[in-house]
Amino acid sequence: MLAGLADTPWSVLVILWPLVGALACFLWPRHANPLGLLAALGSVACVATLAWQVVEQGAQRHAVGGWGAPLGIDLYADGLSLLMLVMTAMVGLGISIYSSGYFDRKTAAVFWPLWLFLWTALNALLLSADIFNLYVTLELLGLAAVALVALAGGANALTAAMRYLLVSLLGSLCYLLGVALLYHSFGSVDIAILAQRVEPLPSVWAATGLMSAGLLLKTALFPLHFWLPPAHASAPAPVSAMLSALVVMASFYILLRLWLEIFPLSGAALGQLLGLLGAAAVLWGGIQALRQTRLKLLIAYSTVAQLGYLFLAFPLGTSFAWKGALYLLLSHALAKAAMFMAAGNILRFGGHDRIADLDRVVQRLPLTLTAFSLAGISLMGLPPSGGFIGKWLLLDAALYSGQWWWALILITGGLLTAAYVFKVVGYAFTPAEVSHEARTVPARMEWTALLLALAAVLLGLFALWPLTLLDIGSPLAGGYAG
Amino acid sequence: MNSGLLYALTGVGLFTLGLNALIMHAHLLRKILAINVMGSGVFLVLVALGGRVPGASPDPVPHAMVITGIVVAVSATALALALMLRVRAATGKPRLPEERQE
Repeated sequence: MLAGLADTPWSVLVILWPLVGALACFLWPRHANPLGLLAALGSVACVATLAWQVVEQGAQRHAVGGWGAPLGIDLYADGLSLLMLVMTAMVGLGISIYSSGYFDRKTAAVFWPLWLFLWTALNALLLSADIFNLYVTLELLGLAAVALVALAGGANALTAAMRYLLVSLLGSLCYLLGVALLYHSFGSVDIAILAQRVEPLPSVWAATGLMSAGLLLKTALFPLHFWLPPAHASAPAPVSAMLSALVVMASFYILLRLWLEIFPLSGAALGQLLGLLGAAAVLWGGIQALRQTRLKLLIAYSTVAQLGYLFLAFPLGTSFAWKGALYLLLSHALAKAAMFMAAGNILRFGGHDRIADLDRVVQRLPLTLTAFSLAGISLMGLPPSGGFIGKWLLLDAALYSGQWWWALILITGGLLTAAYVFKVVGYAFTPAEVSHEARTVPARMEWTALLLALAAVLLGLFALWPLTLLDIGSPLAGGYAG
Repeated sequence: MNSGLLYALTGVGLFTLGLNALIMHAHLLRKILAINVMGSGVFLVLVALGGRVPGASPDPVPHAMVITGIVVAVSATALALALMLRVRAATGKPRLPEERQE
């Protein structure tokens, strides 16, 4: 039995299971809710088994259909992709449970197939071993995400979805042009083969520029973030959660992989530029978040700021810095999903998300407000949260490499985060002038938000396991700055 | 200059033209068409660079990539057109509103 489990290519099942679930939800829309939950649970189980397999046997490579690279498609699971898969599974399960209480029957029938398609694309992206497959999965992810934003209906959501779609297509096309150049220069799209053959040619520079620009547009790094706040703020709450927690991270993951494995020659200048843009994002996103009057927009701008932190690892380039950025990514995904869910609860409860009229939410939705505050603690980077570990690693790397100015950005960003989190919490404690009709919020929606936020905080206490996991067959050990 | 390079440069030209149109035009249909022109440019680059050695039979792998790319482009265009109609029905105008400054 155990030998059978060990021989099964779980990386295929990780993609296949949510795909079959999506099709089932599409075919039997009346039963979309139970079928969707079943698919979510199954996906989590598949990821868990894959995790066991990778931990036991090391990095897994599976040639789909027995063809193998360079002609066929390879699925590759190492510590880095596994960690992202586990994070996706955790947040995905949370979103699935939350959504089963959030949507009415009619919307649920449309939501479930799209969400499971998105999950499929995300899993496939994280397991892809070649840059063309990454393009295809990135497109699939983008299309599903756009359709989910449009689900909310109304002029705001539709125009935000349209803008998101155009930006997403533009980003993918830039990336694809880079793929064409790399294939022309080295005759392969497989990341491992490219890593061996790559040389500093002019075409590699052009490809680096094009692919980085496309991916930065999709990751919404300042100043390419303009499309993110409207799209993330106007989507339904569970969709905002998955966009902010999972979808933007996918393009960051691709950039990280390319940067570590194919572009190690691109050197320090571009790294400094990315770090500078990241620093600008931290400050600009923080200030904009403080200025917002709507809760969901505030959280969306906070995503812009938090994404900036991830890019602070590029100028440092040490193993510590990459691990710090990845740890921030993990805890941000959990915390931000929890925050958007909490905002969704508040929105449903009061019928609006104006921060100034939050009117003693604390007495009526204590679990939701606890979730929001715990998620805020992780975003600020207070100990013992996961955000603290990530920032600590980055801070350490910055001081160690003598680039202390990045440490200043980290600290200022933390203060800005504290300011906008306390602004929301403060209003939630004070009575507002306008009282409003309250609607009940299903218990599972409150509890999922709370559990995800709790996980983000607890991530700081159990830091060792994810950090050692990252070392399995992973490119993180080196780094050009040593 | 061999013909492969000429086609590849034409492809880059199409990409640039499409990018320009995507930014300059406000009408959504034009933006969607611009994306398609950009996509065709990229596909042309892929196919043209496939014939690397003059006289030898061209590399089939880029062709497979282009076919995949066309499938993706068709579905993206379908989604974009459907979304455009919804935007027009909701706002009365087939264009994106200007960025609101708060």
